[in-house]
This record gives sequence, C-alpha cells and structure tokens, in this order.
Amino acid sequence: MYRYDNYDHQMLADRIAQFRDQTSRFLRGDLAPAEFLPLRLQNGLYVQRLAPMLRIAIPYGMLSSKQLRKLAYIADHFDKGYGHFTTRQNIQFNWPAIADVPDILAHLAEVEMHAIQTSGNCIRNTTTDQFAGAAANEIEDSRPWCEIIRQWSTFHPEFAFLPRKFKIAVCGTQDDQAATQVHDIGLFIVRNEEGELGFRVLAGGGLGRTPVIGKEIRTFLPWQHLLSYLDAILRVYNREGRRDNKYKARIKILVKETGIEKFQQKVEKEWLALKDGPLTLTEAEFQRCKAFFKDPEYLPLEAFSPELEHALNTDVLFAAWHTQNVNAHKKPGYSIVTLCLKATGIAPGDITSEQMRFVADLADRYSFGELRVTHEQNLVLADVARKDLYALWRALKSQDLHSPNLGLLTDIVCCPGGDFCSLANAKSIPIAESIQRRFADTERQRKIGKLSVNISGCMNACGHHHVGNIGILGVDKKGEEYYQVSLGGSAENVTALGDIVGPSFAQEDIPDVMEKLIGVFEQHREQQERFVDTYRRIGMEPFKEALYGKAD
Amino acid sequence: MARLIKDRVIADDQWELIREPIDADALRALSGRNVILPLSSWLELHEAQPSHQGLLGVWLKNTELPESITPWLPRIPLIALDFPVFTDGRAYSSARELRQNLGFEGELRAIGDVLCDQLFYMSRCGFNAFAMRADQDLEAAVRRFDDFKDAYQASVLNPEPLFRRRSCANG
Repeated sequence: MYRYDNYDHQMLADRIAQFRDQTSRFLRGDLAPAEFLPLRLQNGLYVQRLAPMLRIAIPYGMLSSKQLRKLAYIADHFDKGYGHFTTRQNIQFNWPAIADVPDILAHLAEVEMHAIQTSGNCIRNTTTDQFAGAAANEIEDSRPWCEIIRQWSTFHPEFAFLPRKFKIAVCGTQDDQAATQVHDIGLFIVRNEEGELGFRVLAGGGLGRTPVIGKEIRTFLPWQHLLSYLDAILRVYNREGRRDNKYKARIKILVKETGIEKFQQKVEKEWLALKDGPLTLTEAEFQRCKAFFKDPEYLPLEAFSPELEHALNTDVLFAAWHTQNVNAHKKPGYSIVTLCLKATGIAPGDITSEQMRFVADLADRYSFGELRVTHEQNLVLADVARKDLYALWRALKSQDLHSPNLGLLTDIVCCPGGDFCSLANAKSIPIAESIQRRFADTERQRKIGKLSVNISGCMNACGHHHVGNIGILGVDKKGEEYYQVSLGGSAENVTALGDIVGPSFAQEDIPDVMEKLIGVFEQHREQQERFVDTYRRIGMEPFKEALYGKAD
Repeated sequence: MARLIKDRVIADDQWELIREPIDADALRALSGRNVILPLSSWLELHEAQPSHQGLLGVWLKNTELPESITPWLPRIPLIALDFPVFTDGRAYSSARELRQNLGFEGELRAIGDVLCDQLFYMSRCGFNAFAMRADQDLEAAVRRFDDFKDAYQASVLNPEPLFRRRSCANG
C-alpha cells in the first residue's frame, strides 16, 4: 500500500490547521455559512437531515488494518459506533459534531487518512477495481496510477471550483468491476501493438439526473502523458462546462452539447500546449509508486488444498459461501474473499466498530493486514491462503459477516436515502430490507443467480440505480414516496443504462414487484442465463405485462 | 486610495478599475491615471494609448478567453480576471493559461469576490495581486499564502511538480 513520506504528512498537517482555523472562524461567525460551505465540503463535511455527515476518503478503496481500527475508534468516540461504506469506496459517519471535525481529521492523519475532496465541485476520490493487484485476469495493477492521480488531484489549484463534482475511475482488469464507463473520465489501462503501456480514455460518462455512458476520446494515451492529458480535459471542462444550471453542469452535458469530436479537438489543442512539459511522468515516479504495491510475501502454496477440499465436502453452508464470495487469485493457493456487508436488517454498507476491529484482526491474520472497499459497499480480503478459507469463514460467521450473497439479489447497492440524506426524495434502506426479507431464502437466490439490485433515494443516483440489472429510484409524488423501477442496467464491460418499466410503485408494493419480475425471468430463462441476459434477449414487454397487465 | 495585496504585501492600489465600457472621451477624462478597462473598451481604445497619460490595463470577464489579447500580451502591464462569485472557478484556468501557455509576465490581478480562503490556490495559478472584497481583513489574508508549505502539482510559483523534486530528497 502507499505510505506517506514527509511531504504527504506535512500537507495533511497543513490542511488540518487550515480547516481548524476555518471551522473556528465559522463557529465564531466570522465566516459566512455560504463561504464556509465549499470549504467544509472539500473536507467531506455535509450538513445533513439529522446531524453533519463526514465522508472520509479511502483512496481507490485500499485500507490497512491499522486504518480500519482508527475508523472504529472514530465511530466509537465521535459517532454512534458504526460507519457506512459508500459507492465511491469511501466511508461516512452520520453523527459527528462540526466542532469535533478538525480533531477527527487529526486522528485520521495519524494513519495517513483524510477527508479531502470527498465532496464539493472538485475532483473526487479516484476509484478502481477492488481486486487490483490480486485478480487472475489483470492487465496491469491500476493502483500505482490511482495514487499518481490522487496526488495530482489533491489540492489541484486550478480545479477546486469546477462547475460540478468530477469522478475518475481506472480499470486494469479484463472484466471491469469499477463502473469505469459511467465516470466523468474513465481510464482503461491497455498495451499497444508495440507492447507499450498506456490508457484508453473515455470522457463524459456519469450517472445522476442524466445518465450517460462515457465516449472514447483517445484510443491510446502513452502513460507518460497521463497528467498533462487530464489537466487538458479538466481545463476545457472548467472553462466551458455549464454553470447556469446545476443539473446540466457535469462534463457529460458539455461533451453532449459540444459533440465528442469537437470536444476532443479542444482537449487536444489544450494538451499540445502542456505536452512534454514538467507534467510528463517519469519512469522514476512510476517505479516509485509501483514499489508501494508490490506483491506481499506470498507463501509457495499448492493450488490444491486438502483441508479446503475436506471442508467444502462436509460443510454445505461453507461451500455455498465459497461458491459465491471467493474469487480466483493470480497466485496458486490463494483466493480473493469478499465480505458481503448486506445482511438482512442492516443498512447496506453499514459496519459496526466492533466488526471493524474484528475484520482488522482477520486482515492481519489472513490477508497481510490489508483490505479493500468495493463500490458495491462490501469489503475484500484480497490475499487469503486457500487452506485458511474455512477458518476465516468460521470467524466471519461469529460476527455475522458471512452473508453468502455476493452478486446475488440481496447484495443490494443502496444510498443512505431519506433516513439520513437531506437531498433524498425517498427512503432507500427500508426498500432494500423489504426485498431482502422477501428473498431471504439463499437457495432461491442462488437459483436466480447473478443479479444486481441498485437503489437510490433521489436523482443524484448515489445508489447507481441506472446501472442496476434492476434499478429502483425513489421519487416524490405529491409528497408521497414512490419508486420507479428500471431494468437492464449494467456497469460491467457491456455497460448499459436501465430502461424505466412504467409508472412508479408505492413502497409496500416493491417486494411484489420484485417477485413478478423474477417470475417473468424464471419463466423465460434459458439454461443458466443471467437476469440481464434474459432481459436483453426478451426485452421489456413481458416484464411490463406482468407488472401492469396487457396493453391493448 | 484603496488597498490591495500585491506580491504578498499590503499596498496602495495604483490603478482604477473601470467596470463598465467607456468611450474615447471618457478615457481622455481619465488621463494621467492608470486604468483597467473592460475588454471591449480596451480592444477599441488601447491603440490610442500614446495620448493617454498613464498606464492601460484590461480586465476579463470569466467568459472572455485570454486568447483574445494574445498578440498584445508583452506590452500589457496588468490583466485583471474577475470572480463574479468565488465559487465560479473559470478565472483559475485563465490565469494558468496566461502564465504557463502564453507567458504573460505583467501583473495578474484577481478582482471581484476575492476571499482570503482562496488566495493560496489563486497564487499558485499565477495571480500576484488581489483586490480583496471590501469586508476582507488584509492582514489576516496575507498569512493565508503560507497555509501550505508545499503542493503536489506544478504551479506557476514552482513549475516542477513534487514528483520531479521528491524522488531523491526524502523517502
């Protein structure tokens, strides 16, 4: 993992002193609320429905056991004993006091963490594949690039007051797990015919009110030019992005209104002025960052583990979890384990301080002291020896962290919604729970197979409902909370935006709606087809008919 | 005389900012003074500069691009960039464009909704003069330049990004 040097530490210390001063000026009344607002947002601090919310950055999802223990400490001392992992691989706390925030930031700095640019109209946390560096199907580890982008974007003087927020994702694997195509900038690590490393660059993707899949603006960008090219895109956006309407301010609207070719020309023109200047990345810097992410001290293990085989044959619950939550690793004898934080009755992505400490201990014991947060709001132990899987599972079971539903219907992605968020039109957590209760039978879930259900409490789409195989969006209908359902979304390699089925439903109808949708799927499914593939094959009509009756 | 921050020091403002477009007669009435004109007036009147006793500068709205004055840059003593509200960040890009791409070396001044908490970023983008909003405490504002001892990016103040400086310095 990346480790701070004196420069990084100094910048964080300076930031905390700056924010402490700003906060005290605000609390004294010397700094107007409207002027404090962007300053606090760029330190992750929102003022929410019930209390302020502090969002802490987990750069590209990488977390050490020591950092997780610090988050547990913060949950206990400044919050109500739990935290919430977000769809940007960050964590947020819903109950801190504004006056405490500078102290919380000082605690975070001790473990090389911060809340910088986790909100506001600036460049946000760069996200990537949660299996980076461990995945069996990797082209190149994305994490050194994410760190290079993190440093470039942190306190970037030119881009702190953009028209709107700006999100970048990097994908280095064959199967995109980072929803890269629905980001303001999506970077795919590729090699050209000469074997040289570079990026395929997408721009103008995004979810929110107007979901758009990003468009390619460069087929191959040599890695040396990454930062100058990013600077060029951001400069065009900063200058020309719309500022007259918040809902048309994301880069996707600019790209759409300008046209991809013209936008590309503008970026190229800007880039030519910057290209080959001091922003050109050096081999030394790439190697310096890469060295932080070298392999842990893997043991030379056999791919086959008799202990594991025995457990799989004798414990069906473990075997079910193993099938669902364990993924292939690049090293023989190792696996990638996902802890699905989607137990029924718990808000998706929530974790208690006790569980944090417990998981931190497991990371130390079984996975070289490191974890990753996924944008589906789960946790990953990326380097677990296969012979240890059964022991790990039993430990997880003791803390209710063994949900065997990764990628299944109840592994719901969900924003905090109307229970916490002041932007929300409707609640989302109770919807998730009602679906989880209806489909509690894990055997049935397994039969249904891979299916993503994404729920957002408003158009801002923090729950990524547009790219859920089944997306659920909370809407306000004359003061009542209603839910609009869409089908066929996907954030995978073949990214697709869901199609709305029709008029929205009342909260209590959602489990029945889900039941009907699954019924149609089961009726039309061929062999082991996934829900999204059946939908793509048969289209909307049969689903619509099941929900609203035959159209005449 | 109004006060401003220039090159990190509180100083008297030697210039007069003309917010609305003016014609040649109005400019003649200002003879002997250093004036900052709106772009439209400047484009129209600056060729007549010999008759103007005093210096002529130009200010740009955040929708006006620096390219519109490229040919004259070496001869312009002062360019001001306007912040109609501090959350509108377009002038940061214009400032960098002027300094880094177009090589402007005269005074680059931030005008409008200029607040102390943005001075650090502004200075790194190449502004060296700040006509602060009237309610701002200039003494306190000057200290904001030192909020951070270093930064990751290249900036106008330090054209080498940190990654070009740190590799051998400390590990």
